Amino acid sequence: MEFVVFVIAAIMVLAGAVGVVASRHPVHSALSLVGTLFSVAVLFVLQEAHLLAAVQVIVYTGAIVVLFLFVIMLLGVDEAEELDIEPIAGQRPIAIGLAAASAVLAIVVFAVTTDGATGARSATAELLPEQVKPNINQIAEVLFTDYVFAFELTALLLTIAVVGAVALSRKAGGDFEPAPESVLAKTQRETAEAEQAILDEVAAKVAAQDAAKQAATNEATEEAADA
Amino acid sequence: MPNVDAAYYLILAAMLFSIGAFGLLVRRNPLVMFMCVELMLNAVNLTFVAFSRDLNDVGGQVNVFFVLVVAAAEVVVGLAIIVAVMRHRPGATADDLSVLRG
Repeated sequence: MEFVVFVIAAIMVLAGAVGVVASRHPVHSALSLVGTLFSVAVLFVLQEAHLLAAVQVIVYTGAIVVLFLFVIMLLGVDEAEELDIEPIAGQRPIAIGLAAASAVLAIVVFAVTTDGATGARSATAELLPEQVKPNINQIAEVLFTDYVFAFELTALLLTIAVVGAVALSRKAGGDFEPAPESVLAKTQRETAEAEQAILDEVAAKVAAQDAAKQAATNEATEEAADA
Repeated sequence: MPNVDAAYYLILAAMLFSIGAFGLLVRRNPLVMFMCVELMLNAVNLTFVAFSRDLNDVGGQVNVFFVLVVAAAEVVVGLAIIVAVMRHRPGATADDLSVLRG
């Protein structure tokens, strides 16, 4: 049963990978990538790495591929690429040769070592079955003790990545634009301006009346003085 | 004892890595090249989990966690660079971008 699932997932992984490389259209590549990443999550479940399977689906297929699709749509680079022309002579045969050589080498190495992986067993902490202790608890215990420094560095790394993305994606050389004025703030500003205008008008009228009265009084005193 | 030998997973991961490396070498659209890098990272994740189960050690799975975080950061910065470059030169391929300054 496990072998059947493995074969199906493996076929989907390889088909998706070929789809990513061979699709003319970037959107088709992104959708093939979803197939591959999801099948890798299936393989994680098959190896009882349940937390990683969930994280794989959420982070990779949920966030990263959506980011890819978003950028494809944003840039409008979704026209098909001509795959038949080869700009650098001999690039493809050399690439095929290198990829095939590395694949054959790795496969031979893995096939020859029939005893399984070599190395120290359970160097960090023993991987217990799901019934004994949940996978997420085991990873959390190791992550927050042995790997806590690396874990905190990832927080720093993510912060730097966010700042870098913001700095890169704003207009080169320009200052940050002020945020657009909200409707409420605009209404409040206009009301205040209208009130100020009315107040100014009233103040001007009062000043004019005062000036007229003052002039009348001055005239009266002058007449009195003349008389 | 696991049903499927770890060697099968490792062979599958080797094939996935090779396909990703081939795509990275051959394709010229920067976005597709990035997707091929993701394929290669996933191949490595698969070997990490396979070794983790074969050697009976949690450390491999924790390393996959870190690879995921680094991959996410890399994609964010990389796509921001691609967006910045594509604003100046729409439709540029990897062959057109031979200098660092935009």
